[in-house]
Amino acid sequence: MTVKAAGKRPDSFRSASGSDKALDILIWVLVIIAVVVTLYPFLYVVAVSISEGAAVAKGQVVLLPRGFSLDAFDMVTRNQQLWISYGNTFFYTIVGTLCNVVVTCLGAYPLSRSHFFLRRPLNFFVAFTMYFSGGLIPTYIVVTGIGLYNSRLAMILPVLVSAYNLMICRSAMSAVPQDLFENASLEGAGEFYMMLHIAIPLIKPTLAVLTLYYAVARYNDFFNAMLYLGNSDLQPLQIFLRRVLLQASNEVLQSAGGQAAAAAAENTLKIRYVCIVLAAVPIFLITPFVQKYLVAGTMLGAVKG
Amino acid sequence: MRKALAVNDRLPRKPLGQLVRRDKQLILIFLPVFIYYIVFSYLPMAGIVMAFEDFKMGSGFAGLFNSKWVGLKWFNQFFSSVFAWRLIRNTFLLSFYSLLFGFPIPIIFAIAITQLRSPKFAKVAQVITYLPYFISTVVVVGMMTNFLSPSNGIINQMIEALGGKKINFMSDPSWFRKLYVISGSWQSFGFNSIIFVAAIMGIDPSLYEAMEVDGASRWHRIVHLILPGISDTIILLLIMTLGNLLNVGFEKVYLMYSPAVYETGDVISTYVYRQGIENHKYGYASAVGLFYSAVGFAFVMASNRLARRVTGSSLW
Repeated sequence: MTVKAAGKRPDSFRSASGSDKALDILIWVLVIIAVVVTLYPFLYVVAVSISEGAAVAKGQVVLLPRGFSLDAFDMVTRNQQLWISYGNTFFYTIVGTLCNVVVTCLGAYPLSRSHFFLRRPLNFFVAFTMYFSGGLIPTYIVVTGIGLYNSRLAMILPVLVSAYNLMICRSAMSAVPQDLFENASLEGAGEFYMMLHIAIPLIKPTLAVLTLYYAVARYNDFFNAMLYLGNSDLQPLQIFLRRVLLQASNEVLQSAGGQAAAAAAENTLKIRYVCIVLAAVPIFLITPFVQKYLVAGTMLGAVKG
Repeated sequence: MRKALAVNDRLPRKPLGQLVRRDKQLILIFLPVFIYYIVFSYLPMAGIVMAFEDFKMGSGFAGLFNSKWVGLKWFNQFFSSVFAWRLIRNTFLLSFYSLLFGFPIPIIFAIAITQLRSPKFAKVAQVITYLPYFISTVVVVGMMTNFLSPSNGIINQMIEALGGKKINFMSDPSWFRKLYVISGSWQSFGFNSIIFVAAIMGIDPSLYEAMEVDGASRWHRIVHLILPGISDTIILLLIMTLGNLLNVGFEKVYLMYSPAVYETGDVISTYVYRQGIENHKYGYASAVGLFYSAVGFAFVMASNRLARRVTGSSLW
């Protein structure tokens, strides 16, 4: 009975009491406001980026594009530094994420083996770093001290593994039925073999989630680049974006060739918004498809507490 | 088989050499992670001694051992400076307001999303509201700064169109906290609602049916079934958030602030960065950083204990 009623949503709406209807409307309003508030800034940025420069300068773009012009895209994509930064970001994201996932597995597997005699002390050894750190300055001294300043490794090694993700990975591996290991071990399989052929294949869903979180972190990493990469040939997209969005966009304008001063001022905003569009595109393309994993990811954290 | 192993574990320990030989493969597998944590976590922890030294960068690592010992000089200097109170206050208030404003919104949104009469639209709304969480801080602050720009930002254009006076948001100290909190909430409310949506979905469906049979209104259902049903999740997350109360993101403040808004925007981590990395006062900056880490550690430990007690009792 109740199932039937729930299935006929419009009916139950009409038959609902006045206060229920008011509540329904309130809920609709809340959700719609949330969606509009989230989407509007992005839609506005896209609209400005493809509108005519004059309309943008007069502040006529509010939601829909005015006119159509891709000149700002043209200007930005002609900038060499953008492509260098983009390339660097993809390098750091792909290589960094790969290293992250491999090393996380290497750390998690021994900690998931219940008979390992160093399991408890090493567990503490890792967990302690989640609660206490030497702080920015000593870390900076160490990283630069081992020669990572202006090295691509500075974007990979200092963030090689996250203790939190390692703990999640360890929990997943601990949940693998122990008999599988015992049987393999009786047949003479070594620990390395068991890690590769039993533990890792069985926690693929967890690894997918961790890969995703690592990849987003590597793609968005600004802090390490700011601290350790002074050489613009090595800098990732986020550093380029900061310069264009928050400091000055002269760089792009100049590289685009001698623009008149008025045109330059007119184009500043468009150039900035084009950069936002270009930076956000990979994230926007990927997020809806991996939503399932994202949601699963927050649950992993929740189970751990 | 497993029972035998368990008994074996409780036997007097085998000699260390034998254990190492038995587990040498596991030790080898763990080695890269061990080296990583030694170099990038524990070495910096040892480096904390520089907070008590007159450390000079030129000497590198060796400087840690042969720099002049100055005891608590840097701590005294910090706590007697005019900055100490301002930095502690700003750090605390930024997180406190973020919590006050940012914590309830995901809960309200999660309830709204699960009570929406169109599951299809609810799903779309969820995917859309997660998006900003994955956008980098640089882009979020970049959008905010440009939207609020007094020369060509859309917000100021609207204010002018409505006959108001332009506001220089980003360099007005009275706006810094508001902007920090609102943009933070904008970025994370959708993502943070996931866990509450899951908690609501986890409520036994037969309880809904029972309420429907009793003729309870939907409002009644939210107040008397859903809220109590997710109260454990709310309390646990609140405690965990309290544990990280002083963990103000360096990146966002750094990208947002300027000397004009130091009065409300400068926090401990940005001050440490300026003093240490920009002004090369390594000893002083790491002393301030140590104070910050120690207070943070105390907060996390206290909240962990609290969480254990709360979950321990709610299990019964």
